[in-house]
Amino acid sequence: MGLDLRKPIGYFFLLLGIILVGQGVLTQGNTVMYAKSLDYNINLIWGVVLVVFGLGMLIPALLSKGGGK
Amino acid sequence: MISFLPTNCTWWLAEAVNLAAVDYSILLIYVVFVLGIGFALKRYMKTSADFLTSGRSIPAWVTGLAFLSANLGALELVGMTASGAKYGIATCHFYWVGAIPAMIFLAVFMMPFYYGSKARSVPEYLKMRFDERTRCLNSISFAVMTMFASGISMNALAKLLHQLLGWNYDVSLWICSAIVLAYVLKGGLTSAIYTEVLQFFMIVLGFAPIVYLGLQDVGGWGHLKELLGSVAQNPAALELNTHTFQPDAWTSAWKPLLGGPSQNPMGVDLFAMLFGLGFVLSFGYWCTNFLVVQRAMAAKNMSAARRTPLIAAVPKMIFPILVILPGMIAAGLALTAKDGYRLPPKPLAAAEYAKALPAVKAAAGLNTDAAFASVSAATGMKMSPEKVAALVKDAASLDEASLKTQLQEAVVENDYDGVILSLVKKYCPPGLLGLALTGLLASFMSGMAGNVTAFNTVWTYDLYQAYIAKNKSDEHYAWMGRAITVVGILLSIACAYLVSRWSNAMDIIQLVFGFVNAPLFATFLLGMFWKRTTSHGAFFGLLGGIGTSAVFHSLSSATGNALGIKGGYLWSLMGKTLADVPSCLSFPSDMAQNFWLASFAFIACFVITLGISVVTARTKTDEELAGLVYSLTPKIVDREDSWFLRPSVIGIILLFGCVILNIIFW
Repeated sequence: MGLDLRKPIGYFFLLLGIILVGQGVLTQGNTVMYAKSLDYNINLIWGVVLVVFGLGMLIPALLSKGGGK
Repeated sequence: MISFLPTNCTWWLAEAVNLAAVDYSILLIYVVFVLGIGFALKRYMKTSADFLTSGRSIPAWVTGLAFLSANLGALELVGMTASGAKYGIATCHFYWVGAIPAMIFLAVFMMPFYYGSKARSVPEYLKMRFDERTRCLNSISFAVMTMFASGISMNALAKLLHQLLGWNYDVSLWICSAIVLAYVLKGGLTSAIYTEVLQFFMIVLGFAPIVYLGLQDVGGWGHLKELLGSVAQNPAALELNTHTFQPDAWTSAWKPLLGGPSQNPMGVDLFAMLFGLGFVLSFGYWCTNFLVVQRAMAAKNMSAARRTPLIAAVPKMIFPILVILPGMIAAGLALTAKDGYRLPPKPLAAAEYAKALPAVKAAAGLNTDAAFASVSAATGMKMSPEKVAALVKDAASLDEASLKTQLQEAVVENDYDGVILSLVKKYCPPGLLGLALTGLLASFMSGMAGNVTAFNTVWTYDLYQAYIAKNKSDEHYAWMGRAITVVGILLSIACAYLVSRWSNAMDIIQLVFGFVNAPLFATFLLGMFWKRTTSHGAFFGLLGGIGTSAVFHSLSSATGNALGIKGGYLWSLMGKTLADVPSCLSFPSDMAQNFWLASFAFIACFVITLGISVVTARTKTDEELAGLVYSLTPKIVDREDSWFLRPSVIGIILLFGCVILNIIFW
């Protein structure tokens, strides 16, 4: 199939990562909310992980010409 | 037991959660992306083969992850976490014994015949190797099974949305089905496979932080082992088991098993585990079930097809961290009652509340024991005497909602299927919550998509083209493939309503498919590796195996089950009771009964097929069987692959890794 699956997966997790990072930044210091996640700002931390994963999928796909075909 | 049919649908707690805008936006983005993938693939769907078999064009890493994902439904996640709490690390046998060896066998030995024969489905291979009868039997039972599996998935999804988020059951069911229909109709099997890969990453990335937080909360692996040691010595404290065990029963995979059925919480003996699960059920599922094999068959070439199960085996081997460890963590947390955590109680249904609430109010005048007896009888569940006494005392001052909450809280029986959700609720703030729930919803939906895409292929090629309309144009079959996709979704919805209205339906469906699937691997094994196997042998062997399952089930029972639908009904028809069942047919657990049933069905099918083949004439010549039978097919020489990419080499490395894992957690 002509669609390189790495691209949609990359964009998807990049977008989710940005949303979680945004949520993490906006709620930074909200100790009540993050008491659940053992006082980690889990949205910020995990958002960064998702961004890295998304880029890890996306960058090789964008660099390879016709890759995945 | 290898969860191609999910087990239970009542695993959510009555208490709802509130999703924040951020959670909804994650959910919405997921829906937009899966629909987008479907629409992007639309232009590649030209022939019936593009739609139904992906035109054999997909790279191995994609088919590999989809192969795994087709099996890893949301109900697998739920069921394995449940077993993690109930049985501990021994649950890993479903992975290390019950999956990895079979996946390697499929890749190294069986895939060359499936892929090389150019069969478009597993039933079609049976037709090429034997005859139409065996194909017909297999395709009809498979088609019915996929519809029920899909319906069960969607029923669970709609119930989850209803009870957790308060959405309307019917609306949830129809909308989610419409989304699945839209992307499958646009992109066919490729759409289903692509979204399965997306779902795989959603599950891994959605649940990994929960496992990390849980493990840290419980004090790390070392402390968890200590806690589970105490759990094993007194599992009754958590209502996990009525027996007591050695301290390592929850944390060692093999030692408790070697001690016999009374020494491990699964109640299983070594033979049933190795032969019943590790050989019959595992190979029967992974090597012959078209739902998973179809993913490998969609690969772009033979070496990609053979690498598919091997690629899937790598994450499969370490998946217990994601799905079993959380269950063990939950048991550890429940023992210390950390932050008031307990294993979720079995949810009371509306009918039980209706009976129990008046009973609570009426009990005010009774003494403590009588009050407790009356309330327990009304709920029909095991209750906590202290909590019931407190509830009865305060009943007059409580409103209806808090009465309900406290009554639910007084139930001591565990709802194991609710464990994973209880951890999601415990550790996820808004944001992460959306990610985890979207992962769950994604896998319910792709459960439907996977089953529907297997169903439409089997219907179109193995039933419609074979028996109803032969020799039509490819456009006609491509049209039929799409039409039957719509029908398949509607049938799934009908099945969802059936299992939601009539709870016995689920038990009966599982039972019948257990019978049909258990002997299947014997047919494939003899067919692929012994050229003398005849079509009479295969067909009657399969029927004999199915018959043996049914007879075995009607005569055997498991501790804790009444004679009836769970087994042994022939005894009750003969007017006997549970005590009359001979000890050799009475098993310490459902699981042991299941494994032994499969073993007998396999042996019966094997022996009958062998016997009939010896006395009947072959109907296919050696030339006709070339490419279908091991001894008549030229060996594949993977010259272009480096030695370390050859399936047999990768297979041996994986097997070695699997042995190491078993030794570490011995």
